Amino acid sequence: MGNTLQDDALPNNNTLLGADELVLNMGPQHPSTHGVLRVKLKLDGERVRGTECVIGYLHRGVEKIAENRTYQQFAPYVDRMDYVAAVSNGLGYCEAVEKLLNVEAPPRARVIRTILTELQRIASHLVWLGTHALDIGALTPLFYCMREREEILKIFEKYCGARLTTHAFRIGGLQYEAYDGFEKDVERFCLDFERRIQEYVDLLTGNSIWIGRTRNVGILNAADCIALGASGPILRAAGVKWDLRKAQPYAAYDQYKFEIPVGTNGDTYDRYMVRIEEMRQSRLICLQAIEKIPEGAIMGKVGKVIKPPAGEVYHSIEAPKGILGYYIVSDGGTQPYRVRIRPPSFINLQALDKMVRGHLVADVVAIIGTLDIVLGEVDR
Amino acid sequence: MNPTLHAILVFLQTWWVELTCGVVIVAVVPLVAGYVVLVERKLMADMQARLGPMRVGPHGLLQPIADAVKLLIKEDIIPDEADKFIFWLAPVISMVAALTSMGAIAFGPSFQVARDINIGILFVLGVSSLGFLGIILGGWASNSHYSILGALRSTAQLVSYETAGGLAIISGLLLSGTLSISGIVAAQEKHHVWFIFLAPVAAFIYLAASIAETNRAPFDLPEAESELVAGYMTEYSGFRWALYFLGEYANMIVVGSVATTLFLGGWLRPFPNVHWLNWLDFLPALIIALIGVYSIYRAGKQPVKIQTGFMWAVALACFAVAFVFAAPWLIQLLHKFGLAGSLSLDFVIPGLNGAFWFLLKVSAYIYVFMWLRFTLPRYRFDQLMHLGWYILIPLAIVNVFAVGVAMLLEANGLNRWLAMILTLIVVLASAIFLVRWHDRRTESASTASLAPDSYAG
Repeated sequence: MGNTLQDDALPNNNTLLGADELVLNMGPQHPSTHGVLRVKLKLDGERVRGTECVIGYLHRGVEKIAENRTYQQFAPYVDRMDYVAAVSNGLGYCEAVEKLLNVEAPPRARVIRTILTELQRIASHLVWLGTHALDIGALTPLFYCMREREEILKIFEKYCGARLTTHAFRIGGLQYEAYDGFEKDVERFCLDFERRIQEYVDLLTGNSIWIGRTRNVGILNAADCIALGASGPILRAAGVKWDLRKAQPYAAYDQYKFEIPVGTNGDTYDRYMVRIEEMRQSRLICLQAIEKIPEGAIMGKVGKVIKPPAGEVYHSIEAPKGILGYYIVSDGGTQPYRVRIRPPSFINLQALDKMVRGHLVADVVAIIGTLDIVLGEVDR
Repeated sequence: MNPTLHAILVFLQTWWVELTCGVVIVAVVPLVAGYVVLVERKLMADMQARLGPMRVGPHGLLQPIADAVKLLIKEDIIPDEADKFIFWLAPVISMVAALTSMGAIAFGPSFQVARDINIGILFVLGVSSLGFLGIILGGWASNSHYSILGALRSTAQLVSYETAGGLAIISGLLLSGTLSISGIVAAQEKHHVWFIFLAPVAAFIYLAASIAETNRAPFDLPEAESELVAGYMTEYSGFRWALYFLGEYANMIVVGSVATTLFLGGWLRPFPNVHWLNWLDFLPALIIALIGVYSIYRAGKQPVKIQTGFMWAVALACFAVAFVFAAPWLIQLLHKFGLAGSLSLDFVIPGLNGAFWFLLKVSAYIYVFMWLRFTLPRYRFDQLMHLGWYILIPLAIVNVFAVGVAMLLEANGLNRWLAMILTLIVVLASAIFLVRWHDRRTESASTASLAPDSYAG
């Protein structure tokens, strides 16, 4: 992220008391850096004059591991990048390999994938909302969010046996048929969820302290977003209506009606409103999808040994945190020659320095929260 | 007799009440503070759809004791770079200030903790403010960036909110005309009204200021966990940390007591002058007995035998206390049948019942603290300062004048409530003006336009 601590020096350091700048080391052990992010802050009093992100504490070399695993073997590894949204990671990877193989998952698999991915989006946004509110000092929403997330994780558990790193999808479709009562569980959750969202909204949206802490904090306008490559809710909060689910439909998104919420100001409050509205839209997508899940096979025509033809493919999906892209190069063997992942968290984190300059220490945690980063994905 | 021994005896003879009180405060307040923490955790759990401490004792009733033991046996760490003496001294100052200020508080007409001094409320405020010295010194002595930021925040916060709180208290003192704690309560008895009804704005300002003074959310910036890790306490652990912690909770009890004394009628029961409500005097005994009954009911539902026994013990303790509360009336009853001879415990009634009502009000006050903590996000530092200097302090000043004018009008023959309402309208109007003015100021200060809620759904 560049050594930004050096520039943007104070014009006048010779104050009466000889007060110097303070370099505060935030993290990697800090309650609200969302993992092992380390931010060096250059402070003038409480005002932030510059930041430097130090990342890599959770680096596992996921991309390198891919080169020594078969295509199927690598699928569970992607779950461990953004472990808050494992299902979305898996969807991106499976679809990328399918594109490489030139096969398509059957319609039933695609609809079930869509349902699970949208549930995962809700779960991911719930974790974001809870921790973001906690960073800003509201203790209670976290537990409400976790309560609803638990319902989603239960559906995952019933579907594939795992709750966090699900490995729910397989290349070519699904391994598991939807369990009996799957639709009913999803429907029950979705019907209940509208009321639950209202609880968070009641606690936060109109709260003057919340508005004071989030409005005009960490503004990132559309031009900056695009220049920095920021995507997902951050981009949409700046007013850019760009969502891959609409722009380049994948899975079964072209069959459903939903809105892309956008903000105007690109501040923390707008990002909050965008994500809240996205949860509502995800809920609507789920409700539409369970109405009619097509019958048929759940696995496409994929052999036991996956041996894609030599070539390369780039496939990106709209993960909860932004655009998640997989670039896979095949040399015709059973293992990928190279896998390059475009993680939304890593790229969104670049915006941190631009967003926090001139703000106070308290805003730094609010802005880290609003970026919705997961360090597993940043460091990979 | 040995002159030294004689001097000691004379000293003890003169000061034994105060000494005993000191020992009692030191022994009891930490325990009470520990249980306030337990209550807070339980309330928080209840509001957050979970159970809270459940493991140590039935429903976690022994959790504070387990916590205290754990903190006592923890390794005592002093950072190498710290100023060791001040690092040692700072939590002691915090704790001592909080405990000392309890000395002047009165739980009932005959239940003064130490002595009824004629500047009671001033003493409490002054001494409890000294506690901030402990925070500032601790933050400085730790030699850590987080600590010093926390200490700086608390300094600024203290200066701002002590001012607002002090001005709010002046409004109450104007009404009572005395600084003595028993005098203030007597004045409310004489006026037949709690001062919160005569000066609601002052009570509200004091509530906000006292939350800020005790470093509680939404004003808990000096120790904001998500920002400064633990603020001034970052480098503290084990028992030194516990001293800070106890100091904070003891301080909550102190500000709660001040607010109760000044605005909520102290130890007076609701409507002390209405005779047909005299049955309220039985309420303390009844409520405590009901808690005992509930404990017995719960005892049967405990999974472990020892917990059942513990609940029975709680129930028996409740009955014993209820019996003490009821004893004076039982003896009166015996008198009716000519059985009790010359025995009379009537003098106990105002004291015991007063303590009950007083503690009930303090609890309610502390409950509001906790409730706000679970509900509200935290203010940012500049917002806190703006709220203090642009809104609360001007409003408190206006309110002092308003209360004075109301008293003047009343002295000139106007109905008290009419005078009160007239001045209240002025105060509220100025409050609205201040908030609007401040909003406009901040709005014009920020360059970006505000986002409309077009997609709020």
